[in-house]
Amino acid sequence: MNLKSTFLVAIKAILVNKGRSFLTMLGVIIGVSSVVLLTSIGTGLQNYITEQFEELGTNNVIVMPGDIFGEGGGFSRESQQNAFINNKLKLSDVNEIERLREYVEFALPMNTQSDKLSFQDETKTITVIGTHYQYDEFISGIEKGRFFNKTEDQSVERVIVLGWEIADTLFGKIDPIGKKVKLGTQTFKVTGVAEKQGGGFGGPSFDTYVYIPLETSFRIYDTDAIVEIMVKVKDKDQIKESIAAIEKVLGQRLEDDEFSVFDQSEILETINGILGVLTAGLGGIAAISLVVGGIGIMNIMLVSVTERTREIGLRKALGATPQQILIQFLIESALLSIMGGLIGLIIAYGGSLALQAFFPAKVTFGAIMLAFGVSAAVGVIFGVAPARKASRLSPIEALRYE
Amino acid sequence: MPNKSNSKSVKTKKKTKKKSSSYSNKKESTLRGINKKTVLQLNNVVKEYIIGTQKIRALDGVSLEVKSGDFLSVMGPSGSGKSTFLQIASILAIPTGGEIIINGKDTTKLDEVQRAHLRNKEIGFIFQSFNLLAKTSAVENVALPLVYAGIPEQERLETARKMLIKVGLGDRLNNTPAQLSGGQQQRVAIARALINNPSIIFADEPTGNLDSKSGLEVEAILKDLSKEGKTIIMVTHEPDIANIASRHIEIHDGKIKNES
Repeated sequence: MNLKSTFLVAIKAILVNKGRSFLTMLGVIIGVSSVVLLTSIGTGLQNYITEQFEELGTNNVIVMPGDIFGEGGGFSRESQQNAFINNKLKLSDVNEIERLREYVEFALPMNTQSDKLSFQDETKTITVIGTHYQYDEFISGIEKGRFFNKTEDQSVERVIVLGWEIADTLFGKIDPIGKKVKLGTQTFKVTGVAEKQGGGFGGPSFDTYVYIPLETSFRIYDTDAIVEIMVKVKDKDQIKESIAAIEKVLGQRLEDDEFSVFDQSEILETINGILGVLTAGLGGIAAISLVVGGIGIMNIMLVSVTERTREIGLRKALGATPQQILIQFLIESALLSIMGGLIGLIIAYGGSLALQAFFPAKVTFGAIMLAFGVSAAVGVIFGVAPARKASRLSPIEALRYE
Repeated sequence: MPNKSNSKSVKTKKKTKKKSSSYSNKKESTLRGINKKTVLQLNNVVKEYIIGTQKIRALDGVSLEVKSGDFLSVMGPSGSGKSTFLQIASILAIPTGGEIIINGKDTTKLDEVQRAHLRNKEIGFIFQSFNLLAKTSAVENVALPLVYAGIPEQERLETARKMLIKVGLGDRLNNTPAQLSGGQQQRVAIARALINNPSIIFADEPTGNLDSKSGLEVEAILKDLSKEGKTIIMVTHEPDIANIASRHIEIHDGKIKNES
């Protein structure tokens, strides 16, 4: 009996029981479509974030206190808290970095505070960034008015730039430019509103930030802490060298674990690493349904073997060897599973196209091959037990079976 | 079988002569079929079943020789061992002791795969309940043994068509069993039993599930096949049908009692 005949026999057996075959496939259909869809969401997200980072530009280097990418693991909460408590970055470090004229265009110190901002009766909790006037290069744009200028910065004026969402909630339809707002107990004049940037998928949104001159921030919060230094380097292709030079300068005063210098590619790598684990985790959970689907196939194939006991007996009496019976049933379960896998893929592909309307989903070739391979493997693995049962039936017992 | 080689039959005869002296009930059949080839020979076959703690001897030293062209009826009360005889003789089951020689080949030494190949080549089955594949056309049902003989599909279906025409079902080639009467279904099964041109056809109560008219049709076909020289071994409990056979044996308590 050649393979082609065996295939035809298996296809026929599947078609004879169309309804049952479809229900049997349903488990694999759901399994494959959810695995592919979930991984497509994860992959799409990674691509989206990479694009966003590339849009922001890659000639920025960030200096933060503590050992962010060190043993504590990337962005571990504890190490980050300790880093801010033991923060040893100083304004003098910013000047040292700016002295590296070969690499650095400018370095922006940043001080971050949490406070309340109110206009008339409206109050909102916000994040205050104290920085210099050049910071407007790092935000996506100004919607109304302007960023505070060099003069206002250097003369320590009480001026403030609002994030888009803050301006929207506090002012509504009123034009905020030139209006007086209260930051804590201090009165500030609004010079501008930043463009809407959108949230970071549940993370803090830049739209709830406000920006004031650094020295003003030092004065009203009675601090001189620098929690972050944004460095704009001159040459994008010299990022690695720039990082090394900055590390060397800071290393003269600070210990290695008291500061971190990194560029966006490192953040991107970390985020993509986290997303990769997340995607694999989600895919893994979805894969459980694939296993359940496989058990469904095994169940139906076992029923099918019992139902077709006489057929098996007859085939054996007429000259089928146990191996030929085994292969017939294995091919049948593998075909059920592969057909289920194909239908699942089509559904997942359609689903990801529908998702693309509001989410960056992307079905990758790898995900397709994986889902296809796994569904075929599920069919074969879960088909073994029923097929073995069939191949071991005694022809006499089988023919006598009612 | 006219197309079987002579050397095979010579070998069989030699073996038969050596063994036959020790089994008295052999002599008669050896004499009768003096010019015919022995296709099936059972030597002191024993089959025991263990049911619970009890050992049941279903066949108790059965010896028999079937020559090419014989039409043998096997009768006996239920539980006599005639079904076991059929299973053992058609090498569906393995005996506990003794030899079953088909065309000179001792089948008791064969493994499961070899026995499957031998059944496929040398044996045709006609069952009481037809055992056709449901939702499968008559022509594909008839072609089934050729699937396992590795014959290409076109050739299989062509041969199957010829066989169906031979049993008078040339106009029912693509009907499924559900679309055929009992007699027609059994004729499909007969065509299937003939398709591999077997040395022996085993028929187990071939008219048992049929009304008398269909039963007569099937009887007529079996008679014709016997006239053509086919070797047929038929188990039945109906004396009328047994009468169409040329040789008769009766099995009682696992032993051959009457032979004629």
